[in-house]
Amino acid sequence: MTKQTLTFVLMDAPFESARTTTAFRLLHAALDRGCDVNVFAYEGAVALSFAKQAQHANAVHGRDATQEDHPLSKNWIAALMTHARERGADLNWVNCGLCVDERGVGEAIDGVRRGSPADCWKMAQQSVATLVIPTK
Amino acid sequence: MPGYLLIESRDPFESTGAARTCELAIQLRAAGHDVALFLVQNGVLAVRSGVRRPELDKVIRTQIEVLADDFSLRERGISSASLIGGVRAAPIGSVVERLAAGWNALWH
Repeated sequence: MTKQTLTFVLMDAPFESARTTTAFRLLHAALDRGCDVNVFAYEGAVALSFAKQAQHANAVHGRDATQEDHPLSKNWIAALMTHARERGADLNWVNCGLCVDERGVGEAIDGVRRGSPADCWKMAQQSVATLVIPTK
Repeated sequence: MPGYLLIESRDPFESTGAARTCELAIQLRAAGHDVALFLVQNGVLAVRSGVRRPELDKVIRTQIEVLADDFSLRERGISSASLIGGVRAAPIGSVVERLAAGWNALWH
Protein backbone atom coordinates (compact mmCIF):
# COMPACT_ATOMS: atom_id res chain seq x y z
CA MET A 1 0.00 0.00 0.00
CA THR A 2 1.36 3.41 -0.92
CA LYS A 3 2.15 5.55 2.07
CA GLN A 4 -0.07 8.58 2.33
CA THR A 5 1.08 12.08 3.11
CA LEU A 6 -1.07 14.64 4.88
CA THR A 7 -0.29 18.33 5.20
CA PHE A 8 -1.35 20.57 8.06
CA VAL A 9 -0.98 24.34 7.91
CA LEU A 10 -0.81 26.00 11.31
CA MET A 11 -1.14 29.69 12.12
CA ASP A 12 -1.68 30.08 15.88
CA ALA A 13 1.06 31.23 18.22
CA PRO A 14 1.82 28.96 21.18
CA PHE A 15 0.10 29.32 24.56
CA GLU A 16 -2.94 31.11 23.11
CA SER A 17 -5.55 28.82 21.62
CA ALA A 18 -7.17 25.42 21.97
CA ARG A 19 -6.55 25.08 18.24
CA THR A 20 -2.90 24.34 18.98
CA THR A 21 -3.84 21.40 21.20
CA THR A 22 -6.26 20.09 18.59
CA ALA A 23 -3.62 20.48 15.87
CA PHE A 24 -1.10 18.45 17.86
CA ARG A 25 -3.74 15.77 18.48
CA LEU A 26 -4.36 15.59 14.73
CA LEU A 27 -0.64 15.28 14.00
CA HIS A 28 -0.34 12.48 16.55
CA ALA A 29 -3.35 10.65 15.10
CA ALA A 30 -1.99 10.95 11.57
CA LEU A 31 1.37 9.53 12.63
CA ASP A 32 -0.42 6.77 14.54
CA ARG A 33 -2.14 5.84 11.30
CA GLY A 34 1.27 5.57 9.63
CA CYS A 35 0.90 8.63 7.45
CA ASP A 36 3.81 10.85 6.56
CA VAL A 37 3.02 14.32 7.84
CA ASN A 38 3.97 17.76 6.58
CA VAL A 39 3.52 20.83 8.74
CA PHE A 40 3.82 24.34 7.40
CA ALA A 41 3.84 26.83 10.26
CA TYR A 42 3.32 30.49 9.49
CA GLU A 43 2.53 33.73 11.31
CA GLY A 44 2.59 33.12 15.07
CA ALA A 45 2.86 29.34 14.69
CA VAL A 46 6.55 29.66 13.82
CA ALA A 47 7.13 30.18 17.57
CA LEU A 48 5.76 26.72 18.36
CA SER A 49 9.22 25.26 17.76
CA PHE A 50 11.26 28.10 19.28
CA ALA A 51 14.16 26.48 21.14
CA LYS A 52 14.39 29.14 23.85
CA GLN A 53 10.95 28.48 25.29
CA ALA A 54 11.41 27.99 29.04
CA GLN A 55 9.34 26.72 31.91
CA HIS A 56 8.60 29.13 34.74
CA ALA A 57 7.51 29.12 38.36
CA ASN A 58 3.96 29.98 39.42
CA ALA A 59 4.20 32.32 42.40
CA VAL A 60 0.43 32.56 42.77
CA HIS A 61 0.20 28.84 43.45
CA GLY A 62 3.53 28.69 45.28
CA ARG A 63 5.10 26.27 42.83
CA ASP A 64 8.62 26.40 41.44
CA ALA A 65 9.34 25.71 37.78
CA THR A 66 9.78 21.97 38.33
CA GLN A 67 6.54 21.65 40.29
CA GLU A 68 4.66 23.79 37.79
CA ASP A 69 5.96 21.68 34.88
CA HIS A 70 4.48 24.08 32.38
CA PRO A 71 4.03 22.39 28.99
CA LEU A 72 6.08 23.78 26.12
CA SER A 73 5.08 23.39 22.50
CA LYS A 74 8.70 22.83 21.45
CA ASN A 75 8.71 19.69 23.63
CA TRP A 76 5.46 18.49 22.09
CA ILE A 77 6.96 18.87 18.62
CA ALA A 78 10.08 16.98 19.69
CA ALA A 79 7.84 14.22 21.09
CA LEU A 80 5.92 14.05 17.82
CA MET A 81 9.20 13.71 15.92
CA THR A 82 10.20 10.84 18.19
CA HIS A 83 6.77 9.27 17.67
CA ALA A 84 7.19 9.59 13.89
CA ARG A 85 10.55 7.80 13.99
CA GLU A 86 9.06 5.02 16.11
CA ARG A 87 6.22 4.64 13.61
CA GLY A 88 8.54 4.71 10.60
CA ALA A 89 6.87 7.88 9.39
CA ASP A 90 8.23 11.25 8.34
CA LEU A 91 7.32 14.46 10.13
CA ASN A 92 8.47 17.27 7.91
CA TRP A 93 8.12 20.59 9.80
CA VAL A 94 8.79 23.83 7.94
CA ASN A 95 8.58 27.34 9.39
CA CYS A 96 7.86 30.31 7.15
CA GLY A 97 11.16 32.19 7.09
CA LEU A 98 9.65 35.64 6.74
CA CYS A 99 7.41 35.00 9.74
CA VAL A 100 10.42 33.73 11.71
CA ASP A 101 12.43 36.86 10.98
CA GLU A 102 9.56 39.16 11.89
CA ARG A 103 9.33 37.53 15.31
CA GLY A 104 13.03 36.85 15.96
CA VAL A 105 12.43 33.15 16.61
CA GLY A 106 15.07 31.74 14.29
CA GLU A 107 16.44 29.30 16.85
CA ALA A 108 14.23 26.28 16.30
CA ILE A 109 14.62 22.81 17.79
CA ASP A 110 16.37 20.11 15.78
CA GLY A 111 14.34 18.70 12.93
CA VAL A 112 12.57 21.94 12.10
CA ARG A 113 13.69 23.75 8.99
CA ARG A 114 13.20 27.18 7.50
CA GLY A 115 11.23 27.54 4.30
CA SER A 116 8.86 29.72 2.36
CA PRO A 117 5.23 29.67 1.21
CA ALA A 118 6.51 27.81 -1.86
CA ASP A 119 7.18 24.86 0.44
CA CYS A 120 3.56 24.97 1.54
CA TRP A 121 2.45 24.74 -2.06
CA LYS A 122 4.78 21.81 -2.72
CA MET A 123 3.58 20.04 0.41
CA ALA A 124 -0.03 20.41 -0.68
CA GLN A 125 0.81 19.14 -4.15
CA GLN A 126 2.41 16.01 -2.69
CA SER A 127 -0.37 15.28 -0.19
CA VAL A 128 -3.61 13.40 -0.44
CA ALA A 129 -5.22 16.15 1.64
CA THR A 130 -4.32 19.45 3.29
CA LEU A 131 -5.99 20.98 6.32
CA VAL A 132 -5.50 24.66 7.09
CA ILE A 133 -6.14 25.61 10.70
CA PRO A 134 -6.34 29.40 10.70
CA THR A 135 -6.66 31.87 13.55
CA LYS A 136 -9.93 33.75 13.96
CA MET B 1 -15.78 11.45 -5.55
CA PRO B 2 -14.13 12.75 -2.35
CA GLY B 3 -16.48 14.22 0.17
CA TYR B 4 -16.36 17.33 2.27
CA LEU B 5 -15.43 17.34 5.93
CA LEU B 6 -16.46 20.53 7.70
CA ILE B 7 -14.79 21.04 11.06
CA GLU B 8 -16.58 23.44 13.40
CA SER B 9 -14.61 24.64 16.42
CA ARG B 10 -16.62 27.71 17.42
CA ASP B 11 -19.22 28.05 20.12
CA PRO B 12 -22.50 28.37 18.17
CA PHE B 13 -23.82 30.78 20.80
CA GLU B 14 -20.84 33.08 20.28
CA SER B 15 -20.21 32.83 16.55
CA THR B 16 -22.76 33.17 13.77
CA GLY B 17 -20.15 31.48 11.60
CA ALA B 18 -21.15 28.14 13.11
CA ALA B 19 -24.58 28.55 11.55
CA ARG B 20 -22.96 29.34 8.19
CA THR B 21 -21.00 26.09 8.46
CA CYS B 22 -24.26 24.22 8.91
CA GLU B 23 -25.74 25.98 5.88
CA LEU B 24 -22.66 25.07 3.82
CA ALA B 25 -22.98 21.44 4.85
CA ILE B 26 -26.61 21.35 3.75
CA GLN B 27 -25.82 23.06 0.43
CA LEU B 28 -22.98 20.66 -0.30
CA ARG B 29 -25.28 17.73 0.41
CA ALA B 30 -27.95 19.24 -1.85
CA ALA B 31 -25.31 19.45 -4.59
CA GLY B 32 -24.81 15.71 -4.32
CA HIS B 33 -21.64 15.50 -2.24
CA ASP B 34 -20.82 13.28 0.69
CA VAL B 35 -20.60 15.55 3.72
CA ALA B 36 -19.62 15.10 7.35
CA LEU B 37 -19.59 17.68 10.13
CA PHE B 38 -17.00 17.26 12.88
CA LEU B 39 -17.57 19.35 16.00
CA VAL B 40 -14.52 20.11 18.13
CA GLN B 41 -13.53 22.41 21.00
CA ASN B 42 -16.46 24.73 21.82
CA GLY B 43 -18.23 23.49 18.72
CA VAL B 44 -19.48 20.55 20.78
CA LEU B 45 -21.55 22.80 23.04
CA ALA B 46 -24.43 22.53 20.58
CA VAL B 47 -24.93 18.82 21.11
CA ARG B 48 -26.16 18.99 24.71
CA SER B 49 -29.76 18.02 25.12
CA GLY B 50 -32.05 20.93 25.94
CA VAL B 51 -30.03 23.40 23.90
CA ARG B 52 -31.61 25.47 21.14
CA ARG B 53 -29.72 24.72 17.92
CA PRO B 54 -31.97 25.15 14.86
CA GLU B 55 -29.12 25.10 12.33
CA LEU B 56 -27.61 21.88 13.64
CA ASP B 57 -31.07 20.31 13.80
CA LYS B 58 -31.45 21.02 10.07
CA VAL B 59 -28.11 19.33 9.39
CA ILE B 60 -29.19 16.25 11.33
CA ARG B 61 -32.53 16.12 9.51
CA THR B 62 -30.60 16.20 6.22
CA GLN B 63 -28.96 12.91 7.24
CA ILE B 64 -25.50 14.45 7.27
CA GLU B 65 -23.11 12.57 9.53
CA VAL B 66 -22.39 14.66 12.63
CA LEU B 67 -19.47 13.69 14.85
CA ALA B 68 -18.44 15.26 18.15
CA ASP B 69 -14.82 15.07 19.29
CA ASP B 70 -14.73 12.78 22.32
CA PHE B 71 -11.85 14.70 23.92
CA SER B 72 -13.70 18.02 23.63
CA LEU B 73 -16.79 16.43 25.15
CA ARG B 74 -14.83 15.11 28.13
CA GLU B 75 -13.12 18.48 28.63
CA ARG B 76 -16.53 20.13 28.92
CA GLY B 77 -18.16 17.48 31.10
CA ILE B 78 -20.55 16.34 28.38
CA SER B 79 -21.26 12.64 28.58
CA SER B 80 -21.35 10.72 25.31
CA ALA B 81 -24.54 9.12 26.59
CA SER B 82 -26.23 12.52 26.78
CA LEU B 83 -25.72 13.46 23.13
CA ILE B 84 -28.75 14.35 21.06
CA GLY B 85 -29.90 11.93 18.39
CA GLY B 86 -28.00 12.08 15.13
CA VAL B 87 -24.68 12.96 16.79
CA ARG B 88 -21.99 10.45 17.59
CA ALA B 89 -18.90 10.87 19.76
CA ALA B 90 -15.77 10.14 17.73
CA PRO B 91 -12.01 10.25 18.16
CA ILE B 92 -9.86 12.83 16.40
CA GLY B 93 -8.63 9.97 14.25
CA SER B 94 -11.92 10.08 12.38
CA VAL B 95 -10.73 13.37 10.86
CA VAL B 96 -7.50 11.72 9.80
CA GLU B 97 -9.41 8.82 8.25
CA ARG B 98 -11.30 11.18 5.98
CA LEU B 99 -8.24 13.21 5.11
CA ALA B 100 -6.44 10.00 4.18
CA ALA B 101 -9.40 9.12 1.97
CA GLY B 102 -8.88 12.37 0.09
CA TRP B 103 -11.82 14.29 1.50
CA ASN B 104 -11.70 18.05 1.28
CA ALA B 105 -11.49 19.49 4.77
CA LEU B 106 -12.49 22.97 5.84
CA TRP B 107 -11.78 24.28 9.34
CA HIS B 108 -13.86 26.98 10.95
